[in-house]
Amino acid sequence: MRLIVPLQSVVQGRGGLIFGSLIPCALFYFLQLYLKRHRSHNPQSSPPSPTLSSPKLAELTRTSSRSNLFSRGSNGQVRISSRAISIAKPNDSPYYIGLEKASEDPFDRFGNPDGVIQLGLSENRLCFDLIEKWILENLKDSMMGSDDGDLNINGIATYQPFDGTLELKLAMAGFMSHIMGGAVSFEPSQMVLTAGATPAIETLCFCLADQGNAFLVPTPYYPGFDRDVKFRTGVELIPVHCRSTDNFTLSITALDQAFNQTRKHGTKIRGILLSNPANPVGNLLSREMLHAILDFAREKNIHIISDEIFAGSIYGDEEFVSMAEVLDSEGFDKDRVHIVYGLSKDLSLPGFRVGVIYSFNENVLAAARKLTRFSSVSAPTQRILVSMLSDTRFIEEYIKTTKRRVRNMYDLFVAGLKKLNIRCADSSAGLYCWADMSKLISSYSEKGELELWDKLLNVGKINVTPGSACHCIEPGWFRCCFTTIVEEDIPVVMERIQKAVKSTTILSNSS
Amino acid sequence: MTQTRYYRTRSPEPEKEKARGGTAMRVIVPLQGVVQGRGGLVLGSIIPCALFYFLQFYLKRNRDDPDDQNESGSPPRNPTTRSSSSEQLPELPVLTRSLSRALLSPRNPSGPVPISTRVSGIVKGADSPYYVGLRRVEEDPYDELDNPNGVIQLGLQENKLSLDLVKDWLAEHASEAMLGNGKELSICGIATYQPFDGLMEFKVAVAGLMSQVMEKGVIFNPSQIVLTAGATPAIEILSFCLADTGNAFLVPTPCYPGFERDVKWRTGVEIIHVPCRSADNFNLNIAALDTSFNQAKKRGLKVRGIIISNPSNPVGNLLSRETLYSLLDFAREKNIHIVSNEIFACSTHGTEEFVSMAEIIEPEDIDRKRVHIVYGLSEDLSLPGFRVGVIYSLNEDVLAAAKKLTRFSSISAPTQRLLISMLSDTRFVQTFIATNRERLQRMYVQLVAGLEKMGIKSIKSGGGFNFWADMSGLISSYSEKGEVELWERLLNVGKVNVTPGSCCHCIEPGWFRICFATLTEKDIPVLVERIQKVLKPVN
Repeated sequence: MRLIVPLQSVVQGRGGLIFGSLIPCALFYFLQLYLKRHRSHNPQSSPPSPTLSSPKLAELTRTSSRSNLFSRGSNGQVRISSRAISIAKPNDSPYYIGLEKASEDPFDRFGNPDGVIQLGLSENRLCFDLIEKWILENLKDSMMGSDDGDLNINGIATYQPFDGTLELKLAMAGFMSHIMGGAVSFEPSQMVLTAGATPAIETLCFCLADQGNAFLVPTPYYPGFDRDVKFRTGVELIPVHCRSTDNFTLSITALDQAFNQTRKHGTKIRGILLSNPANPVGNLLSREMLHAILDFAREKNIHIISDEIFAGSIYGDEEFVSMAEVLDSEGFDKDRVHIVYGLSKDLSLPGFRVGVIYSFNENVLAAARKLTRFSSVSAPTQRILVSMLSDTRFIEEYIKTTKRRVRNMYDLFVAGLKKLNIRCADSSAGLYCWADMSKLISSYSEKGELELWDKLLNVGKINVTPGSACHCIEPGWFRCCFTTIVEEDIPVVMERIQKAVKSTTILSNSS
Repeated sequence: MTQTRYYRTRSPEPEKEKARGGTAMRVIVPLQGVVQGRGGLVLGSIIPCALFYFLQFYLKRNRDDPDDQNESGSPPRNPTTRSSSSEQLPELPVLTRSLSRALLSPRNPSGPVPISTRVSGIVKGADSPYYVGLRRVEEDPYDELDNPNGVIQLGLQENKLSLDLVKDWLAEHASEAMLGNGKELSICGIATYQPFDGLMEFKVAVAGLMSQVMEKGVIFNPSQIVLTAGATPAIEILSFCLADTGNAFLVPTPCYPGFERDVKWRTGVEIIHVPCRSADNFNLNIAALDTSFNQAKKRGLKVRGIIISNPSNPVGNLLSRETLYSLLDFAREKNIHIVSNEIFACSTHGTEEFVSMAEIIEPEDIDRKRVHIVYGLSEDLSLPGFRVGVIYSLNEDVLAAAKKLTRFSSISAPTQRLLISMLSDTRFVQTFIATNRERLQRMYVQLVAGLEKMGIKSIKSGGGFNFWADMSGLISSYSEKGEVELWERLLNVGKVNVTPGSCCHCIEPGWFRICFATLTEKDIPVLVERIQKVLKPVN
């Protein structure tokens, strides 16, 4: 950029009169006009600076009397911050509307057979019996300390390290490497515990990106990311579209394209946010893909947040590879990789609110540790979990049983959908089917998709998540969580889908 | 000439409104001097030209930065090296490790990946004596038997005087509370997703506790409660909801050292300290509030509210009913919010009565929308490890936004179940509050006597866990430097961690916050001896 020297034409005689004088003078003139107009709308701003004074008194009084009128108007109701206003507004995303509807009128085979069946919340209720049994047997010992009921009150009631007790970090590291097949070991000192995976993601976003920066996110993605990332941190999400023809697999070319396009707009990209296993599709990133993503991140010098919260919920034959494992083999450049984990899915304990940030970046860890002051796990819960996660026999049995039950439910659910002529994307992990209902929607558009969703919710009384809430660019896909119901509910679900679909076809035929 | 005339005509104007009127500004027409021949050449041409010239300089300089960062990772921008110079003694070991590791990966072409600038401030900003002291105790805590030479903790707001009561209750009821009274275990009530802003049963129990604690028939409505994982996130959420980035809150000082973190770190909100003085017993003074408010406005800062602590931390005085009324008047006049932090509401140990802000506002009053109360179980029930905070507000918009934000900071379900039983056990709660008050008072009286023997006076405290001790006669120089020197000697020679007044933003040097609720009576002689040891060389 070349500096334009004011009045340089006068000195150098090179026709710079316009550049040197007229432009700045005009700009200054408009700046004043702008300030003047801006101020009269905003009577709370600072008083005028005396250097801009004028001898004309008449003008002065006139303008100030106008501001009097404005300032009187502003009193009365106290205002809240504009960022809070946008959060306080009721959610209009079908994801949240559906969740609300289902929680107001939940289906119960005996108590409320006409209620809404919840297939939109990712919760695994298949193994509650195991957890219940464990808690009944071990709760007292786990909280009180096993030596004859002598409760160590200092470990519960008093202040604990906000980023989690070392005991729980140790237990968590063991659990994570266990659930990922023992291929990786996790270092407890690189771990920060938070009150759920949601704050873990928010904390990372806050640490890695400044306001107005962006993350690349392959679509379809978890509808909650919009809240986790954008609400308070002011970070943007740039969708990287994946398509059904590739079974929604990420491609580096698409990443690269999105990166370049965003840069052209002047937005700075600070990282990639991945979920592996993917939510909602349920496919896994291969080892080669992980290497390629790492190379891409290195080339662009950006971070990777790998959300591996479904790492233990694998029902297919594919092998899950953690980003941590790939890093182990590469052995350098770990600073840019951050893994998010939690106990809400793999241990079915969303009510316990336990999330994990696992990072190799000392600065990020230091900052995240301090930020856990705002989101720490309560001590009694930590105590219970230390015992539970250290109980190897229980954990082994639990992992085996969930895998079997999830797989069984998946097979039944997919078979049921197939009978209705609804196909699902190939998947091998998670708690969802990613179902293709594009043949059932009245128009091949987001509108058609939402119409079907509405019918499913209000006529069929089942709550599923439409693809548009996951930012999928192809209309007609739906996320159905199959672990919130029991086997006997599956025929009911299929029947209800049929009923809803019928009502849409009748509607579209008659119109 | 024109300027003086301007001043003369303006200053006598009585109403503030007129002086505030930003529109009084006159537009300067470029080159008007040339046209009108009234000496406007300077104002009309040279000023804009100069401004434009500097604007270009500014733009040029600002533009270079991101490029450097992207391509070469130039040294001043490099986060690792930056933090190395700024992170001081406390985190040195961690630091060298991270540095060497970053250097070991030279194959990386673009240098270490940058973290966000807002967080690099947080990483390095921990060298205030408050945090240094807390960390020292963590490393080497005093224990009468195991570690008699350790550091005595008087810097953390924790009440250990009545932990035995909590312990007894938990030992007897804990498993029953969580498993549901010996009946069928409701696993769905613990393991599954719960409302993020707290279970309704728990809100009812908390509302009951608050009504009980604040006495005198203030009824707290459970539907106006939002529960968070501690009072810290409650304050952060309120600060996020009430103010935008760059707005400010007025905070009377001396104040809680953690506000800096709770209010500013992630929300980008500013704090304007309103100094209170020892001459007034550090009582809040509306005139001082007004001065600070006007000064802030002159600086172009928009003030969105006041944050008060009642009973105050660190001083421990209670706000009188009259003060609360005039505070509300002030807030109404300026059209701003009041955040009243009442986490010590039932830890009063004097004869003065505590008046909650909730008592002052009337339910139908339009002003109810500007008052927000923060409460928690960490102090009054001695349960900081449970992480339970409360936002009580009558402003529907704030409640709606806060409810959504609790997604980031909710209390785990087993803890909620446990506390529902505990708080519903009215007999336990009553005994606890009464016993705890008694014990607080006894410790307070004993320590006051012990310190007064050494010539250390304190402001009479009516609530909370602190002495606010005046050691200004004992510091080597009457300045912040002298104060921090004494603090250092107390920590390193006396092995006692107190909080210096400068951390609480007290403007008078030589005051120290001493938390007495972490001690037992047996520790008092040890403490007195240690302080004496430090003071001797000065006397």
